Amino acid sequence: MLNLSLSHFLVFGAILFAIGVVGIFLNRKNIIVLLMSIELMLLAVNTNFVAFSHYLNDVSGQIFVFFILTVAAAEAAIGLAILIVLFRNLRTINVDDLGSLKG
Amino acid sequence: MLMSFETLVFYMFAVITVFASLRVITARNPVHAALFLVLAFCTAAGVWMLLEAEFLAITLVLVYVGAVMVLFLFVVMMLDINLEQLREGFWRWFPFGALLAIIMVFQMIWVLGNRQTAETGAQVIKHAANYSNTKELGRLIYTDYVYAFELAAVLLLVAIVAAIALTLRRRKDARSQEPDKQILVKKADRLRIVSVVVENKENKSQ
Repeated sequence: MLNLSLSHFLVFGAILFAIGVVGIFLNRKNIIVLLMSIELMLLAVNTNFVAFSHYLNDVSGQIFVFFILTVAAAEAAIGLAILIVLFRNLRTINVDDLGSLKG
Repeated sequence: MLMSFETLVFYMFAVITVFASLRVITARNPVHAALFLVLAFCTAAGVWMLLEAEFLAITLVLVYVGAVMVLFLFVVMMLDINLEQLREGFWRWFPFGALLAIIMVFQMIWVLGNRQTAETGAQVIKHAANYSNTKELGRLIYTDYVYAFELAAVLLLVAIVAAIALTLRRRKDARSQEPDKQILVKKADRLRIVSVVVENKENKSQ
């Protein structure tokens, strides 16, 4: 507990990930906060990558974080673009109102 | 046994990050949620700094806080949303979600908190002050991972095109000139000569 070890960072990442999951359960109607919860989960995953990269002395883990950041940025940009188009057409971002593609 | 300074810094950053992320998912106003997410990213960058990932920590602040979160804030402020409707049934799924989260966290602590994991890399060497994390990352990216790097660049390009194509709106009431059609116009298309028959001569004199 008192000396910093790999476990500290992994448990920290696990807690962040769990908070992201709870966020998805709580904010089932608000797409914006859903996207933010996904960002939190990605942050947790990245923290795990960085922690392993440091403790296993292998820089490759940080390269993966680099790529995950790229993909996450692209995902956020496109997600928000879709959100804006949705809001323009339906005047709402409530997930329950978005079922028009339901078969 | 006294807590080392590093551990103290880690706990400080970790507690702030966890608090901020809890506020992200419970904040009533999405603007507050976005701002708390900014705080969470900043403190998480501090944690990464402890792990000697300086380049990524700065990238997290620059790219995430500087670009992605600003984008989020823009969108949140631009949309005029009905908060009460979105908060409806907020706590209904809370017990289930909380149970799942607690199970997940305790499983992870059980698996990851044991002695074996804690001792992984216990003898890891701290790098000297003149060691450059950025240099090392750059060396790897431009040699071993160069194809993946190019693919990431293409991915970003596709994302730009997609985002612009999705949100581009052609205004129907916008006025513009079309010179190619203008020069093709003939006199007969525009001008109509009407011969008006004057019917009443008294009216004309008045």
